[in-house]
Amino acid sequence: MPELRAGGRLQGRSVEGALAVLGGVYSNHLALRAVLEDARGRGAARIFCLGDLGGFGPHPDRVFPILEEYGVLTVAGNYDRSLAARLADCGCGYAHPRDNAYARLSYAYTNRRTSDAERRWLAALPSELRFTRGGKRWLLCHGSPRRVNEFLWDSTTSDRFLDRLLRESGADLVLCTHTGLHWQRTLPGGGRVVNVGAVGRPANDGRTEVWYAFFEPGTEAACFVPVAYDHEALAREMEDESLPEEFVETIRTGWWTTCLEILPAKERARGRF
Amino acid sequence: MPPASDAPIPLLARGAAPASQAELARAAPRVPFLGLDTVWFQVGGTLCNLQCRHCFIACGPANHEHELMTRDEIRPYLLEAESLGVNDLYFTGGEPFLNRELLGILEDALRIGSATVLTNGTLITEERACALAQAYQASRYSLEVRVSLDGTTPERNDPIRGAGSFDEAMAGVERLAAAGLNPILTVARTWDDDEDDAIRERFHDLLRARGIARPRVKVLPLFLIGRERERTRGYGAEDLLTDEHLRGHDPWSLQCSTSRMVTSRGVMVCPILIDAPDALMGKTLRESMRPHPLAHGACHTCWATGATCRN
Repeated sequence: MPELRAGGRLQGRSVEGALAVLGGVYSNHLALRAVLEDARGRGAARIFCLGDLGGFGPHPDRVFPILEEYGVLTVAGNYDRSLAARLADCGCGYAHPRDNAYARLSYAYTNRRTSDAERRWLAALPSELRFTRGGKRWLLCHGSPRRVNEFLWDSTTSDRFLDRLLRESGADLVLCTHTGLHWQRTLPGGGRVVNVGAVGRPANDGRTEVWYAFFEPGTEAACFVPVAYDHEALAREMEDESLPEEFVETIRTGWWTTCLEILPAKERARGRF
Repeated sequence: MPPASDAPIPLLARGAAPASQAELARAAPRVPFLGLDTVWFQVGGTLCNLQCRHCFIACGPANHEHELMTRDEIRPYLLEAESLGVNDLYFTGGEPFLNRELLGILEDALRIGSATVLTNGTLITEERACALAQAYQASRYSLEVRVSLDGTTPERNDPIRGAGSFDEAMAGVERLAAAGLNPILTVARTWDDDEDDAIRERFHDLLRARGIARPRVKVLPLFLIGRERERTRGYGAEDLLTDEHLRGHDPWSLQCSTSRMVTSRGVMVCPILIDAPDALMGKTLRESMRPHPLAHGACHTCWATGATCRN
């Protein structure tokens, strides 16, 4: 797998130039291609994906060739780990039965349609990637540096906690996803955390675009980019695959309809449901 | 050394002879301490204007087992927690709104991280709801208000929580909503497995009927200690955890791996066991950052249900 060998060679090396970092593909192959085209158009020298390739959307097999085609360096998310190990559930880390009920539906669908070869592809993904950039130590992971399914929400993650995560993981910058909502923060200690959000579903903001993080050459501050794609075509594919109508509604409206119970007060208040 | 007899033994704080509890602790499994993510404060002590029949620490108007904590008492712990990289802060009791300094304490907390207050909702006046909403708006961190309720009608709720408590708690919920907050109804699970979905839905409907468009409900298991031990049953020897229970079990799922509880007496291992003498781990948070034996029947409930007192 050339993309993984490239990832291996990257470990500890210096990575300059423009970077694109995306997360949470959730089988949204149409959004993924649109995002990668956008990143290429902006001159991204390297493109990274922070995991969770499956779930929510249709035809999970369509994501893999796109990642290969664009040479995307990918770390494993909880979904990828679960599929690779044939676990009984996605390991998303939800606590509420409503959240888990929908998570089970999408995992069952994705699990049924994942081939042995794709499971081997997922099993080979690293749990993190590290490199230096501008003399700083960057760490790319899925949930947090210490747990693949830890939710780092903007409104419930303290500065001092993030300082500790950076210190304990030996990083100056951490890039993560898992929550599906993008945010970034410069810490009092000088570090930075960027949650790159998700390209698989909109950001619960009433817009149908999806978001990823772009880093201009020489910068460490993320520019969050909204990308429009043919979301109506995706919605029809989801309907053809008999995926829950609540998922389809999210794609068409930009508002989350499921997995809402995990949201903290401020994030919940911004959505419609 | 494991207990020699199969007969039920008092595993709980009150009534457990120190010698036998020490013996249990020696035999009990331990989870690693993984970091101080969450700090709880028994800000209302064990004082409460209600006397719920299932209260696991038997709170009430005359229970001074743990006293109210003042803002000055709490501040050094907040500073210590901050220096140790704490993520979120929780305030409980007793009834936290019996503490006149609560709002100031929450403001101190919200400068450090997200804060949650657990209340029975009966003392939330319009002024307090408004002040809470202002604290929520002023912070970039979330402030959560969890209101305890045990039934969707007075007929179901009040036999457990006391006469009039349903109407007073729902009035509190409505005042919070009117001020712009979305409280989390927190319900102790007093029903059977097969009723679970239907009853959760009833609580969602109750909130919707009161104009809350995004209803939030958290269900907690019952802990068979405190007053609940008298209401139903206590734990027995068969409820003790062993190393076998913890084999392959995710240590992050047990809150004693990442949480501690501060009371007027010092730092306790978790929010549930505050009446257990062996739960006291020291005077400072730093002293408490070590593994604690899972030597109580209540530990089995956390292990079996995956329960967390967090949101």
